[in-house]
This record gives sequence, structure tokens and C-alpha cells, in this order.
Amino acid sequence: MLPTIMNYIINPLALIIPILLAVALLTLLERKIIAYMQLRKGPNIVGPYGLLQPIADGLKLFVKEPILPSTSSQILFILSPMLALTLALTLWAPLPLPSPAADLNLNILFILALSSLTVYSLLGSGWASNSKYALIGALRAVAQTISYEVTLGLLLLCIIILSGGFNLETFNVTQENMWLILPSWPLAAMWYVSTLAETNRSPFDLTEGESELVSGFNVEYAGGPFALFFLAEYANILLMNTLSVILFLGSSNTLFSPELMTTNLMTKTALLSILFLWVRASYPRFRYDQLMHLTWKSFLPLTLAMVIWHLALPIALTGLPPQL
Amino acid sequence: MNLIIAFMLMTTLIPMALMLISFWLPMMTPDYESLSPYECGLDPLGSARLPFSIRFFLVPILFLLFDLEIALLLPLPWSSQLPLANHTFFWASTILILLTLGLFYEWQQGGLEWAE
Repeated sequence: MLPTIMNYIINPLALIIPILLAVALLTLLERKIIAYMQLRKGPNIVGPYGLLQPIADGLKLFVKEPILPSTSSQILFILSPMLALTLALTLWAPLPLPSPAADLNLNILFILALSSLTVYSLLGSGWASNSKYALIGALRAVAQTISYEVTLGLLLLCIIILSGGFNLETFNVTQENMWLILPSWPLAAMWYVSTLAETNRSPFDLTEGESELVSGFNVEYAGGPFALFFLAEYANILLMNTLSVILFLGSSNTLFSPELMTTNLMTKTALLSILFLWVRASYPRFRYDQLMHLTWKSFLPLTLAMVIWHLALPIALTGLPPQL
Repeated sequence: MNLIIAFMLMTTLIPMALMLISFWLPMMTPDYESLSPYECGLDPLGSARLPFSIRFFLVPILFLLFDLEIALLLPLPWSSQLPLANHTFFWASTILILLTLGLFYEWQQGGLEWAE
């Protein structure tokens, strides 16, 4: 009985609750960092250094009246934010930190498949809102997300060929000698930009382009459901960064102190997330056709060539990874 | 019931609980204006869902083709370990070259123009 409760209830909660805490503090971190980059201070009144600001924000959002528009498709309207947060949290289960909460042999495939499902929540929220701004925002978001998913999948395939299997734990072994970013830095660069686009993050944040679409696909959402979308977006940011670290900036898996590896991994994740925020403070938004041009005409041909490259060279130089 | 299902159950219960809180905790005073769809304060002109730009349909179709290509290329980490790796390489390159030709044709014909 006790092992069951431990495994099935406490373990997931022990992963999910710190993630939600991290997401809340990431929102504060974002505001502080962007503020300091703009030579002003971020929130610093609510708690010491503004540390209680996320709690105040969360409380405000949940006390606000949620709107269920009369012309919307109500079930879809309610289900979309739930789907978004469900997927954002579920994707953390197979990540090896260094030992995953749910150990799957085909980790990356699971993550790739589930992250493609987040498109549904975008589409559902836009469609169900029955408002022009929401629908256009949602369609643009969906088109952007799925376009970048193509290059995401192909890039993953390249480094998976180098690493030998779809299991993320093999990436730790692969990177024992050096980080995978060194041999495949073009892939890492394209991967980083693609994750920026996947999470609808500046400079690819047309879907929430405030000057154009008010709030894009979540214009009709207020209060609690908006909080869910917000949490899902930031959880996705942290997830993508953790995945980037596991894939490209591997951590040393020392047998006697797995906590050291977790610390190592999460420090790198924090640095990459700060880079996300830095990029947000630095670059203006992409125009939509420039965004599509980037993925279909710049990244995709290069990525297709990279797949042939990464398939041919290990075979030609007998550098294929050992198979599990 | 295995671990990933248990995890997904937990991650489904938490958003459900949050939605329930968000709909039951606040004081609801719905009125006609606040429940109408947003259009900068005016009444909505025309249907929100039509007309619909066909570009937004063509881009997912393109994505579908390339995703199927990725699905065809997924066995590569295992198939590159086969005793005759040049066969693997030959067939994988065939798939990729065919798709590159398709992409090139699409580009030529303007299908990616403001593939917006």
C-alpha cells in the first residue's frame, strides 16, 4: 500500500509542485531581468526583492471573475486551458534528471509526440472563443508552431543518430567526453531558435502580438483559465530549456551524487532560460511572413541536408554509436 | 496501472482542480456586455469563423507531408546499425531527396510565398 501511494501519488506531486513553483518564480525573474535590462527595477514592493509577487499575481488571477462568453463553444473553451497545462506538466515525466519520474525507453519520441498535442489547445481556445482576434491569433500560432515542429523533429533525428537511441539517458553517456553542442553547434543553434518559436516566445510571439491582436488566442480568457495558459507557457519554456541542456549541454552523471548532476543540469537550464529572457528584451518581433520564410526556406533545407550529413558521416567513418 | 498513466492522472487532476477553483471562488456577476466577444468595444461585425484564409490550411498540409517524412525516417538510429549500412543510407537519401524536390517545386510555384 505504501509503495503504491509513494510511487503513484507522492512522486508525481514531488515533481509537479516544484515545477509550478519554478514557473511562478520564472515570471518574477522575467520581469526583474527585463526591467534591469531596461535600466529600471522590476517588482520589488510585494515581498523582499519582490519575491511574493507571483503569489500576489496568482491570487489576483484566481479571484478575478472568469468569463465564459455567451457565443463561445463552452466545453472546448473550458477544456483548452486544461489540456495546455496537462501537457506542459506531463512532458516533465520522462525527463532524466538524472532519473526520470517515468522511465520510458523511447523518451524523446514521447516528448515529441506530446508536445505536438499542445497545438490542439491553441486551436481549441481560438476556435471556441468565437471572436475574430482570437481565431486569427490561434491560426497564426498553430501555423507557426507546426512549421517549427518539422525542423524540431528533423534536428532531433540528427542527434539521435549520433547518440544511438531514443532514450534520453543515453545522451548522458554520449556526452561523457564532450558536450554534444561542440560537434553539432549548427543543430544546437537551430534547435534553440526553434524552441523559441515553439513556445511562442519573443521574437516569435506574434500570437500574443499585443499591438496587433490585443492578446491573440487568449483574448477571451480572464482570471483562472488565463492563469492556466500562462502557467503552461512558462512550464513549456522551462521544459524546452531542460531538454536543450540534456540534449546538447550534457551533465556529468556521477554515480555517487546524482544530486550534483541535477544541480548541474538545472543551473544550465536557468542560464538558458535567462538567455530566453535576454532575447525577449533585445529583439523586435518577427513579421509573420519572415517567420515562415525562416522555417520553410532557411531552416528546413539546411536541416534536410544535416540529416543526410549526420547519417552519412558516422557510417563512412565507422563512428556509429553502440546500440542498446 | 503503470507509472506514466498515474502521472498523467495527477497532471489532469491538478488543472481540473484549478479550473474548479477559478469558477467557484470568485464572485460572478455576468452581464450582457461582459459576455459578448471582444471587438474593441463595438458590436461584432459579421461571423468570426468565416471567411477563413486558405493559407492557414495549406501550411498544415505541408507540415503533414514533412511530418510523414519524419515518421518514415524515425527508424534511422536502428537501421543505421544494419550489416549493410549503405542500403539504409541509400533509401534514407531517396526519401530525403524526393522530399527536397517536393519542397523545391513548392517553392518555385509560390506555395511558400508569405507561406504566412
